[in-house]
Amino acid sequence: MPATTLSKTAAHDPRVFDLDQLSLRELNQALHNLAPGSNETAWEVLNPKGSHSVAVGVDQPVAIDVRGSVGYYCGGMNSGSTITVHGSAGPGVGENMMSGSITIKGDASQYAGATGKGGLLVIEGNASSRCGISMKGIDIVVHGNIGHMSAFMAQSGNLVVLGDAGDALGDSIYEARLFVRGKVDSLGADCIAKEMRPEHLELLQGLLDRAGVTGVKPAEFKRYGSARTLYNFNIDNADAY
Amino acid sequence: MTYRNPPTTPRKSATFDDYTLSEIRRAAATGIYDIRGAGAKRKLPHFDDLLFLGASISRYPLEGYRERCDTSVVLGSRHAKKPIELKIPITIAGMSFGSLSGPAKEALGRGATLSGTSTTTGDGGMTEEERGHSKQLVYQYLPSRYGMNPRDLRRADAIEVVVGQGAKPGGGGMLLGQKISDRVAEMRTLPKGIDQRSASRHPDWTGPDDLEIKILELREITDWEKPIYVKVGGARPYYDTALAVKAGADVVVVDGMQGGTAATQEVFIENVGMPTLACIRPAVQALQDLGMHRKVQLIVSGGIRNGADVAKALALGVDAVSIGTAALVALGDNDPRWEAEYNELGTTAGAYDDWHEGRDPAGITTQDPELMKRVDPVAAGRRLANFLKVMTLEAQTIARACGKNSLHNLEPEDLVALTIEAAAMAGVPLAGTNWIPGKNGF
Repeated sequence: MPATTLSKTAAHDPRVFDLDQLSLRELNQALHNLAPGSNETAWEVLNPKGSHSVAVGVDQPVAIDVRGSVGYYCGGMNSGSTITVHGSAGPGVGENMMSGSITIKGDASQYAGATGKGGLLVIEGNASSRCGISMKGIDIVVHGNIGHMSAFMAQSGNLVVLGDAGDALGDSIYEARLFVRGKVDSLGADCIAKEMRPEHLELLQGLLDRAGVTGVKPAEFKRYGSARTLYNFNIDNADAY
Repeated sequence: MTYRNPPTTPRKSATFDDYTLSEIRRAAATGIYDIRGAGAKRKLPHFDDLLFLGASISRYPLEGYRERCDTSVVLGSRHAKKPIELKIPITIAGMSFGSLSGPAKEALGRGATLSGTSTTTGDGGMTEEERGHSKQLVYQYLPSRYGMNPRDLRRADAIEVVVGQGAKPGGGGMLLGQKISDRVAEMRTLPKGIDQRSASRHPDWTGPDDLEIKILELREITDWEKPIYVKVGGARPYYDTALAVKAGADVVVVDGMQGGTAATQEVFIENVGMPTLACIRPAVQALQDLGMHRKVQLIVSGGIRNGADVAKALALGVDAVSIGTAALVALGDNDPRWEAEYNELGTTAGAYDDWHEGRDPAGITTQDPELMKRVDPVAAGRRLANFLKVMTLEAQTIARACGKNSLHNLEPEDLVALTIEAAAMAGVPLAGTNWIPGKNGF
């Protein structure tokens, strides 16, 4: 570990932020102060120790390595940066992400990628309940399992799960696509298994490639999505709610 | 001559009145509950049940046209680096693009800017019409997160975390398919023509401890510049206000059941939540108990119609009020000039509330390109500014009569109540007595 808390030893060495020495506010302000085209493209955050809101609202294409586990909302509203958490993430990691990518080397808590509009969220461990809730264009790839009520009211984007999914997957789903390799405990209202057509296999292969997944074939997955029966209110559907 | 017994006058039931009977027949015929816009229409204890005492031997008034009566207010001074400074304590409440037309949103922005006050976005994101014409714009952070993005978050002058609204505390929104134009659909990332069910809970936090962490995130993203409001429906105003303060809010917004909505079930609007009048004292009490009155500002909305309502709300301890329905009427909503068209829709000017159907003759609650042309944003904005000016002058007139050189110096002691209910809710004496129900053991 470097002795200095804020070092710039060489042009392309990472700028190191030790949260034992500096505040979260200083970290996020420094990231927000980045001008387009800045040379400070590599950042390293030490001792996050479960801090909330680490590297939120970043809007420059920089790489941020977080050495440890984070609390709520890490990488929230990320636009363009590449964040890697070398640990686990608390609730709402990558919430409302616009673009860029976030990789969690460990597990993720509830609401991972909630309302995300774009970009890629990769969880190399498991994700808890409500993964991809209300997702609006984000791509999420989970190497392990996901918990119940995942992809609730998911509007668009893709959720890929290499393991199993919990109860009520895709409840009240709109146009998001769900790909699950393992078993699904149950499907939520208006979510159904769908045919895996060639364009879906191609799409899925692309997602697996982007997420660095090897040795897994798209044909091993099942696709789930909306039956579109709840799109316009009809009293005869009231029992579904 | 044959004797006939005196006839009995036909008697309708007070319980099963004409409206109730029509609603039973409508429900039986359609199998669907009634959805409509606006707020509670039933008779409720309200500001009309309060009176100002004015000056007398023990209190002397200020000269109406000579002595200054300050109307300005600063919102968000607790934590924000850039608080909002308003010339008048009347703001424009959140109303979405989608429920309102683009020209209507622009008119709200123009009118508010002329008056030195703010407008608020709604469920559906920030439009250029509103950002371009509102000098001070409050960006709502809603459960649906439709159109929510960090760029607009940074372009906003304040952020309002919406937990609930007065018309439907605990309810989400519903924008029916007929109002989902291409532009509305794109902003909400959903297909055109389908019903858009806005969530009733935030997707990534539940409860006051999470809210504190969520507010921290919003502050970090916006570098602690923007005031953060927390808006709640009038349900448990004492505890909701206290919890919002604990979670770090700069401003608490409490919306009573007369506050409007774009579309919700009639049964929800009329039967869930509390009247605005009943919400104010508990919210003020919470701030006072925490030593945060005037440090965290309180905005109250729901049925504010004129300067007297503004003055009464301020006298009860609020810092500012918000108007929605009244602002729409100022723009031209429910104007009798469209009576023939209201009749065709089976209603009449003043009663039209099927805002969700998108066929508003006044061009305000619609996405129909032809209808929305009826709103001239410049002229409608001017009308809103005129209305805000009148409200402010009215409130100043009352404040001067009570001897106050600032609207914010009005106090509960300036008020009496006309009814026992209003006396209990507002915590002021019944007129002509020193009786405040619930105080001093009575």
